[in-house]
Amino acid sequence: MKKWWEVLATAWVGVATHKLRSFLTILGIVIGVAAVITLMSIGKGVEARIVSNIESLGSNLIIIRPGAVTAAGGVRGAFGGVQTLTLEDATAISLTASDVTTVAPFSSSSMQVVAGNQNMRAAITGITPDYIQAYNLQIASGSFFSNYDYDAGTKVAVLGASVTETLFTGSDPVGQQVRMGNNVVRVIGVLESKGATMGSADDTILMPLSTLQQMVSQPRTSRGEHIVSSITLAVTDQAQTSSVIDQITSLLRARHQITTGGDNDFTVTSMEELASTLSEAIGTMTLLLGAIAAISLLVGGIGVMNIMLVSVVERTREIGILKALGARERDIWGQFLVEAIFLTLTGGIIGVALGWAASSLVSRLDIIPTLVSADIVVLAVSVSIAIGLFFGFYPAWNGSRLDPIEALRSQ
Amino acid sequence: MIQLEYITKNYPMGKRELKVLRGISLNIGKGEMVAVMGPSGSGKTTLLNIIGCLDKPTSGSYYLDGKEVSRLSHSELATVRGQKIGFVFQTFNLLPRLSAKANVELGLRYAGGGDSQRVAEALAKVGLSDRSHHRPTELSGGEQQRVAIARALVKNPPLILADEPTGNLDSRSGEEIISILTSLHAEQGITLMMITHDPNIAHSCQRIIRIKDGEIVAEEKV
Repeated sequence: MKKWWEVLATAWVGVATHKLRSFLTILGIVIGVAAVITLMSIGKGVEARIVSNIESLGSNLIIIRPGAVTAAGGVRGAFGGVQTLTLEDATAISLTASDVTTVAPFSSSSMQVVAGNQNMRAAITGITPDYIQAYNLQIASGSFFSNYDYDAGTKVAVLGASVTETLFTGSDPVGQQVRMGNNVVRVIGVLESKGATMGSADDTILMPLSTLQQMVSQPRTSRGEHIVSSITLAVTDQAQTSSVIDQITSLLRARHQITTGGDNDFTVTSMEELASTLSEAIGTMTLLLGAIAAISLLVGGIGVMNIMLVSVVERTREIGILKALGARERDIWGQFLVEAIFLTLTGGIIGVALGWAASSLVSRLDIIPTLVSADIVVLAVSVSIAIGLFFGFYPAWNGSRLDPIEALRSQ
Repeated sequence: MIQLEYITKNYPMGKRELKVLRGISLNIGKGEMVAVMGPSGSGKTTLLNIIGCLDKPTSGSYYLDGKEVSRLSHSELATVRGQKIGFVFQTFNLLPRLSAKANVELGLRYAGGGDSQRVAEALAKVGLSDRSHHRPTELSGGEQQRVAIARALVKNPPLILADEPTGNLDSRSGEEIISILTSLHAEQGITLMMITHDPNIAHSCQRIIRIKDGEIVAEEKV
């Protein structure tokens, strides 16, 4: 125990004797570790935010969208190029599928909307009552549609938060009228902002699906069914997601009369799957950024090796003295190795502190959310120890092999 | 204490071999104080290095404390040095960035450890208790050599080897050093072997060994 303490103390004296040199030596490690920590924390933060955004939409959701259809010539069309989903599909699902709580078909459209002297092109979503439940929407003021509105197709709308901001800066839109093409629509409510970045309800105007179908001539399929843009399902239990997906797939294949071996003309994605795909993609990006930053760690390590080699040459006489006093090769080797690790570990710790400060600054300035996770810190510190070990090994070995008589004779 | 049997040492010099020691046999008893004299290049320092386990003989046997040490590995020799041998060099060989006390502590590090009490005692024996926190650059040559002696004796070695310990000192400091070494020998019974050019110092020892061209040419009792 005491011996270890002595080795550490001697290493400290060795480092402290050349303060500026030691500082410059570890600068590479400091910058490398700080860069790794900052970039990784930004990556982790972005990943966490996107995943939480998706989860705020509801992680128990399954989304069915029209898929690519392969035409007779074998040319595969773009996703959504053909509208294949219908209101009748949604009804069939809600009648037959088990473990499904809500089935929310909706239809998206885009229209010029005028309110007073403000006007904008807005996304209009025609919904059924289940939609509100599936996406867990809350009303900020006013009210949602009544069952009568859905059945009768009354011209009423609920506005998303940012649409409200654009059309009615400051004033209360509830009870006011907006014009959409030739139609006059009454605003009955405003949605609470969800702040989600993807497919946010903030940017849309919600209307009963029946109303939207009257206002815009909605196309029908060859079988006369009402086309919708997409169908969202909520499952009762997230564990049942994949079995629900299987059920729906076979149901829709039957309904769409797809023969065995034919490609689906729709895609079924769960939010869970989407979240994991996205977070995987961001994770790969983060790793790539970290790897680039790690190159500077490598350069820093080479700097440490350089200085340790110089240090061994400078202290040849000291090595001779220690050997005369009874130091074995491994004592000398250990001494220099501890000194190298001491340097890189100090660099690593300063780098962690610096990286932490940088990433919390990025957070505080509201640029990008960051998340310094414990495993990045542990990784950075162990990597800096490993760099000390790796790049200190050869210089320390060099020093330990010196002949004591030669070493004592040197100046 | 020291038993040398026909020790030789050759150094390669180009294609030829330089014969530095040409068969030295020598016995030094426990508690003896011996001076080694001889012209430069005669092999005194090489002999001292072999006795100090810093170097290995080319041939011959060396028994230290009854144990054959001439065939030991580097690491075993280091352990022998750490436990049994204290060195005092002509050029002091202190570590300049450490205080006198820390330099003396180094003497204990590879000898199995010890407490600060022993460091303080060693410094007191050489009369430097009040200078223990000074660095070598803040000490005179005589004081530096006294720190070096303290470092050598702090682990209570049975053998102290000194290579011209007064060679870099003025005559007054030199006398002080010799009187410290003599009293250590007298009080603690340490075996002492010392290379010197100074006949006066040599005559303060019990035996003088004269070396020339790698051979013992004369031995005399004082």
